[in-house]
Amino acid sequence: MYKIILATRYLLKRRITYFAVLAVALSVFIVIVVMTVMAGLVNEFKEKNHRFAGDCVVGTESLVGFAYYEDFVKLLEQQDFVEAVSPAIKSFALKRRRGSDQDDLAEVLGIDPVKHSQATGFGDSLFYNRDDVSKTFEIVNDANLAGCVLGDYILLQDTYSRNYSKTNIPRIAYSISCFPLTARGALAQAGTDMVNTKTFYFSDQSSTGLPRVDGLVIYLPFEDAQLLCGMAGSTKRASRLHIRFKPDVKIQAGCEKVQSLWQKFRQDKSDEAQAYTMDTVTVQSWKQYRRASIAPLENEQTEMSVMFGFVGITTVFIVLVVFYMIISHKSKDIGILKSIGVANIDIIELFSLYAFLVGIIGSGIGLLAGWGFLLKINPIEDWLYKHFGFQLWDRTMYAIGDIPNQVEFGMLATIVISAIVASLVGALIPTLQAARQKPVETLQVGQL
Amino acid sequence: MSSNEFILKAEGLHKSYRMGATEVKVLKGVNLSVKKGEFVAIIGASGSGKSTLLHILGALDKPSSGVVTFEKRDLSRFRASQLNRFRNKMVGFVFQFYHLLDELSVLENVFLPAMTSKSIIGWFACRKQAKNRAKELLALLGLAERIKHKPYQLSGGERQRVAIGRALMNEPKLLLADEPTGNLDSATGNGILDVLETLNRAGQTIIMVTHDERIAKRAGRTVTLVDGKIEHKDSNNS
Repeated sequence: MYKIILATRYLLKRRITYFAVLAVALSVFIVIVVMTVMAGLVNEFKEKNHRFAGDCVVGTESLVGFAYYEDFVKLLEQQDFVEAVSPAIKSFALKRRRGSDQDDLAEVLGIDPVKHSQATGFGDSLFYNRDDVSKTFEIVNDANLAGCVLGDYILLQDTYSRNYSKTNIPRIAYSISCFPLTARGALAQAGTDMVNTKTFYFSDQSSTGLPRVDGLVIYLPFEDAQLLCGMAGSTKRASRLHIRFKPDVKIQAGCEKVQSLWQKFRQDKSDEAQAYTMDTVTVQSWKQYRRASIAPLENEQTEMSVMFGFVGITTVFIVLVVFYMIISHKSKDIGILKSIGVANIDIIELFSLYAFLVGIIGSGIGLLAGWGFLLKINPIEDWLYKHFGFQLWDRTMYAIGDIPNQVEFGMLATIVISAIVASLVGALIPTLQAARQKPVETLQVGQL
Repeated sequence: MSSNEFILKAEGLHKSYRMGATEVKVLKGVNLSVKKGEFVAIIGASGSGKSTLLHILGALDKPSSGVVTFEKRDLSRFRASQLNRFRNKMVGFVFQFYHLLDELSVLENVFLPAMTSKSIIGWFACRKQAKNRAKELLALLGLAERIKHKPYQLSGGERQRVAIGRALMNEPKLLLADEPTGNLDSATGNGILDVLETLNRAGQTIIMVTHDERIAKRAGRTVTLVDGKIEHKDSNNS
């Protein structure tokens, strides 16, 4: 009982303790805010990638694509664990806006908007046709014109405006030029007209929240893209299939089923003329498929965690210094306690309890302050932007709306426990030294 | 144990310290026996080793050689936990500089030895009894009105009386006082000596260290420590 009383009194009466509490509180505050925002950014980014890719992707990076995809789509659609499948054509193209004399590189993604919206989050990324995706490539008042969907950053670069009026879609024409390839990878139509070009009109814009996608991808009607890329011959080819599983199907389990289906399918088709196009096809979960995009951000998160681990180590040293000072001032008390029969282990427990109180109060203050700050982080940023033009995250660099501030309780608990452990570790050496002190030395006997 | 039996015996105590390359011999074969109920003053000049002797007798320090027996039990054979229990239950220390804990009130300082020997549950079971005992002691020592004060709010004499209260809290068989009046003026010091005399008359065994012969005369018996040895001319002051 005396340990609780003494530890509490030391905490309240020794002003230097406030510095230790403050150090712990500041560390916890910083770590909670940064880790929450960072984790939010990473989770949001992953979710955007998930929405873009669907649950599973069967495809190849080869610009040739792979044949017999229609048969595999049919096979997949018969499976009870599959919700939707969307074949897609992926290639690179040159785009030129009418009135401009400049060709830009673009990534062409040929899709059926209805199927693609069922298999991925494409429909939700649209600006005009979110409610009726079947009209995605339709041009108002002219059914003969082909529409295209631009990533909203492409639109921003081309027109300096991201969102147009919902009732008045601007008529912007783009010439899209692709290099059609044969199944063997040679240029189709070699020696004649090597390039397929077609004009498309802006029919919608897509905002996936993925800067690279929104700045590079032009969505075209599936058949048009297939034709432009030379994949529409007698044996049609596609670049990939986006698959969505039924809600109760775990992604890993679903991917494994698709993998085994694909292996069997490939075996069955091994005698077909263009079976070799299936050699480079892989079955990947959305995470594997988008790992090139996700990995840098996850690495950044890991680096941040390591950096803030150093903040924790700094806290340990601050607590160590403060406790060293406190305990050197309290050596007389240690002598007194030992003279009335207090054991070394009790001295260790006393100062460990003291450190525990420093840790729990400091982390409690840091937790409340961090939580409060996170709750208000968006209004604070709005206020800063309004009055000083300052944004914590430049929206031209980070494709985020609000700053993520969803607190994860597991992470909070980890940070608080780490702070308490850091306080205990910081106090460990001074505490052990205190316990080893001899009472006759600490009571400073002047006479021998 | 009858009153004629020795409560404490020190035989052939040697103590030396190393100060750099030099070995300083503080005690050079001290023999001392104290009977139950005795009030013994150990007198000696500064540096004669009397405080060192007192600390060894109270198990705050260990002799380089020699034996201390308390109620016929050799202290050197005690385990650490037994020594802690010995310091908590069997002896009470009164120091020259009071050595009270500034963060605790007068009452808390006095019942601290009772509290340190109990677990939380054990303390809750006996805390009323312990607090009453501490209050009684403080009343006997004339500090009934000061129980809520902090040590820094008290005079030197009052602080020393609080220290005596703390030393007596667990009803120790032996009270060890190291220059208990050394930091006090003459009148206040006399007050403290009156308290010690009263306690001794009530049966408390006391060993007091002092360098002042007039103070030593207040004890029942005086032993003189000269150059680390007891001079063989113990005086019976009564």
